[in-house]
Order: sequence, then structure tokens, then C-alpha cells
Amino acid sequence: MAFEAVLTRNIRKPGSDGIDSYLASGGYQGLRRILKETAPERLVDEVKNSGLRGRGGAGFPTGMKWGFLPKTKDRPRYLCVNADESEPGTFKDRLLIEKDPHLVLEGIILSAYAIECQLAFFYIRGEFHQGYRTFERAVGEAYAKGFLGKNIQGSGYDLDILIYRGAGAYICGEETALLESLEGKRGYPRIKPPFPAVVGLYGCPTIINNVETLANVTLIAERGAAWFASIGRPPKNTGPKLFCLSGDVKRPGVYEAPLGVPFLELLNEYAGGMAHPDRPLKAAVPGGSSMKILPASKCDVLMDFDSLAAAGTSLGSAGGIVMDSGTCMVAALLNIARFYAHESCGQCTPCREGTGWIVKILSRLERGEGRREDVGLLADIAVKIEGNTICPFGEAIAWPVDSYVKTFRDEFEEHARRGACPMRPATVR
Amino acid sequence: MTVPVRPETDRKIDALLGRYPKKGSALLPALYLVQEEKGHVSDESMEYVAGKIGVSPAFVAGVVSFYTMFHRAPVGRHHIQVCRTLPCALRGADELMRHVQARLGIRDGQTRPDGKFSLVSVECLAACDRAPFIQINDREYGPVDAAAMDDILKGLE
Repeated sequence: MAFEAVLTRNIRKPGSDGIDSYLASGGYQGLRRILKETAPERLVDEVKNSGLRGRGGAGFPTGMKWGFLPKTKDRPRYLCVNADESEPGTFKDRLLIEKDPHLVLEGIILSAYAIECQLAFFYIRGEFHQGYRTFERAVGEAYAKGFLGKNIQGSGYDLDILIYRGAGAYICGEETALLESLEGKRGYPRIKPPFPAVVGLYGCPTIINNVETLANVTLIAERGAAWFASIGRPPKNTGPKLFCLSGDVKRPGVYEAPLGVPFLELLNEYAGGMAHPDRPLKAAVPGGSSMKILPASKCDVLMDFDSLAAAGTSLGSAGGIVMDSGTCMVAALLNIARFYAHESCGQCTPCREGTGWIVKILSRLERGEGRREDVGLLADIAVKIEGNTICPFGEAIAWPVDSYVKTFRDEFEEHARRGACPMRPATVR
Repeated sequence: MTVPVRPETDRKIDALLGRYPKKGSALLPALYLVQEEKGHVSDESMEYVAGKIGVSPAFVAGVVSFYTMFHRAPVGRHHIQVCRTLPCALRGADELMRHVQARLGIRDGQTRPDGKFSLVSVECLAACDRAPFIQINDREYGPVDAAAMDDILKGLE
């Protein structure tokens, strides 16, 4: 059966960001039907049965996450939408927010109904100015048409949504840092447990879901769990997925394919292959810069949660970064390390200090002032950060350091041996 | 206490205080309103916002310093942000940055003496399909090569 693009079905239509276009293509019908016919807990079951796993990076089953909410309803519940897309190489949520905001919004309303909450927050990264303007207009349109506010479509269900702009901090994409930021504080991740489903925003039960995850809920409501579960690699890797490809490819972009699409198909068919025909593939990161790197020889992988875990890396946010033979891996890792050193929130010592030292050591290696023992030292620092921090940011720096050094050890050692970068002129310096 | 902002900004901040289940959440939006009017967030502004929210000025300073989008000092009328993270770097962000620096006669992090332009390299803006990508104030451009950059700057001079 040919794959039908559904998450991106509207994005090329003129006026795709407006409610008229969305309604004309059948939008909000799933919501209307669910509100009329389906009890919230049945919708939770439907999402569970679809096999939908979170599209933000961790791949946790969405329905199961919803199920962690306490049964008692003595406190308000909140839904927080994580639109703080910041993982380098990832730009899929931006596409949905800017080009089909109502697909996202319908998913938010459905999900809020499923978890029986009356107030949702849309936490959007501060730099997304266009996305903010587009989404704010979409919310206004939805209120005007009775899809938000009191007694939605005559169902008796009330929901309000507040848009909240971040202000430039990668860490706020981590769910508990996002909650701190929403409360008007520095974005310091919280110790878990308690998990946000029990103690979240303002101490109340809270669900945090990614933008693309919620857009998928719209599709599940529209077409059913069985349809969703038939796409991809059932039973554990189901549904359509947005894949980002960037770096040394001919056509960087967001491509929709079923979960489990071969990476080489994404690269060669969707993205048109390598940008420079004389510079072949050297390595790729499949899931955003914090995931482990794969050398070209190991890039024959399927792009789903479990296949990539078996290959020793992760699907992450599906932000594929492609590097060709002109890339210096020390310089590439230095670039990534500098990112994490800049974005470390500073709360945990291993991360705050470790990221700084990793940058220092990589800088001197790249400058030609590295020492033989530096290569081992890098790996050692990575091991000492991993697992020793409050949030997964520690892994986000440890994994690339560990995997770049292991995979390209000769290149790292050559930098120290020669006292110079052997790759110059490299494409990343 | 003196009110360092215009009355309408003051009123907008008052309206924010009742907008969220807890008042503290009004802090980031209030800082944005102040910055929108003043161009940056001064010590005086922080003290004023702290009074509105009911937290200490030190707490507000802690929040302001945590987020890169709040400016503690004035920036140029056109604040140029050049993404430097790996996907942009692979497609020429470093060359672009060198070009802009030469063109404007200022370095990364500086403001031109006439106050028209400031330049800063920033981390991933989540537009890697348009690499190398830049933002000028709230406008987005990409992919930007040297020639495209010259055209943009010419339009703003």
C-alpha cells in the first residue's frame, strides 16, 4: 500500500494557516464527532491502541503517559504543549505551527478533552516570531468559531488556551524546565519523581506533549487507532513521522514518511542525495545533535525508535544531520559541544563543568595544540557526565562526545599527533 | 516607586497579572513588554517588574540573565542574529559571519557606533532547511549567502 502523507497534507495549499482552508479540507470534523459520541476515557484508549509514541525525542507511549494522571480530580489539570523546538537539526514542529496550526490545535483540544483539562498552555520558543503570530491568529479563529472557550460545539466541554513565549533557552524543551519557565522562573529541570503527571505546573497534575505528537492525535480521532497502527512497523513503531534532513544534502527539508523508512531512502530519494557529488557520505546523526553518530558504513538503518536503538543510537527528534567526506569530525563535535556548553543550565556540576572542559580540549585539538591523552580524556569526561545529572541534558552532551570519539578515534588521534587539523580546508572549522 | 514605562505598557502588565493561574507566570511576558518599549531591560525596569509581580529584583535579574532573548544593554536598531550551530556551519555559516563582520565593521557581540546594527552569533534557530539562517529582529532570512546578505543590509542602511 502506498504511503499517504497526512501530517503534511495541507502545508502546500494556499492559506493553509487559516481556519477556512482547514475547515474546507474536513478539519475539526474529528473533534466534533469525538465531543458528541466519545467519552474522554475512550479517547485515551484509542490513543493507547494506536501505539502513538511521543514525537519530541523520548518516544514514550502517549496514551500511557496520559494514564499516569491521578484519578482524583481535586486539583486542576493542565496540558502543556511543548513547542520549544530547539534540538539542533530539528525543524518539523516549526513547519506544522506555521503551515497547519489548526491541525495542531485540533489535536490539543482533543487531547485536553481526553485528559479532562480546562486550561492548556502552548509554550513556544521565543525565536519563533512567525510561528507565534500564526498560532495566535489560529487560536483567535478557533475561539470565534466555537472550537475553544465555553461549551465547545454545544458539548458542554470548556477549554481555554494560553500561548506562552519562551525567551531563548534550549533547556526549556526539557519538560520540567518548561514548567519552571512557565511559572516565570529560570528554566532549571526538576528532580523526578514526582513526575509532572502527578506534580506538574503550579504543583498540579500536568501532561506535556510535543507539537507533532498532538497533530497525530487529530489524525487518530479522524481515522481511528487501527488505521494509525497499520502504518510504519507495528506494533511498537506506528504512524506517520516527520523527518528532518539538514547539512550536506541536496535538498534539506522536512519529509513525511512512515516510521521505519530506511535512512538511505530519506537521504537519496527524499533529500536528493549528497549536496556535492564528489564528496560522499561520511557520517550522519539520525535524531538531532544529541544522539549518537553513525559512520557511513552503519547508515543502512531503519528510522524508527527500536531499530535505531538496536543500532546503538536513537530516533530522538528525527533531526537528521548529514556530513560529507569534507567534514572534520573534531570541528563538528566542537561545534556541538559549544552548543551544549552554551545551553547547559548550570544546575548540575558534571554538566556545567564537563561541557566547558570538553570545549576547551576539543578547541586545542582543533588548533593543533592537543595532547595524545586528550582523546581518552574526552571519552572519560563523557562517561562521568552520563547518568550523573538531574535531566537528560547530561546524556545529550555525553552521547555525541562518546560516539564521535569512538567512531572516529583515528581522526581525533591524528589531530594530536600532527599538531594540526588534517582536514583543512574542512567544511566545518 | 517610579514607573519607568509608558502608562499603556504599565496597564498591559497589570492585565497580565490576572491572566495566569499564578501571578509569577506574568514575569516573562512582562519583561517582553518592557523590552518592546525600551529596547532592553535595565536595572530600573527589573526593579519595577519585580514590584509588579511581587518578587525581589534579584529574582528578576536571575531570570533575565538566564534567557538569551532579554537584553541587559541596548542593542542595534537592527539586531542581526547569525545561527552558528552544526547544520548551518556545514552550509557556510562561518563564512557568512566573517562576511557580515567585515561588511559592518563590527565583531560578534558588538553594536555599530551609530546604533543602527548589532551582530551576534546564536545557537540553532530550528530552520536548518534554510541554512545558513539569520534573524534580524523578528524577521527570518535563509538560505543567506554573501550576496543575499549584502542586499538585505543595503535595504536596511
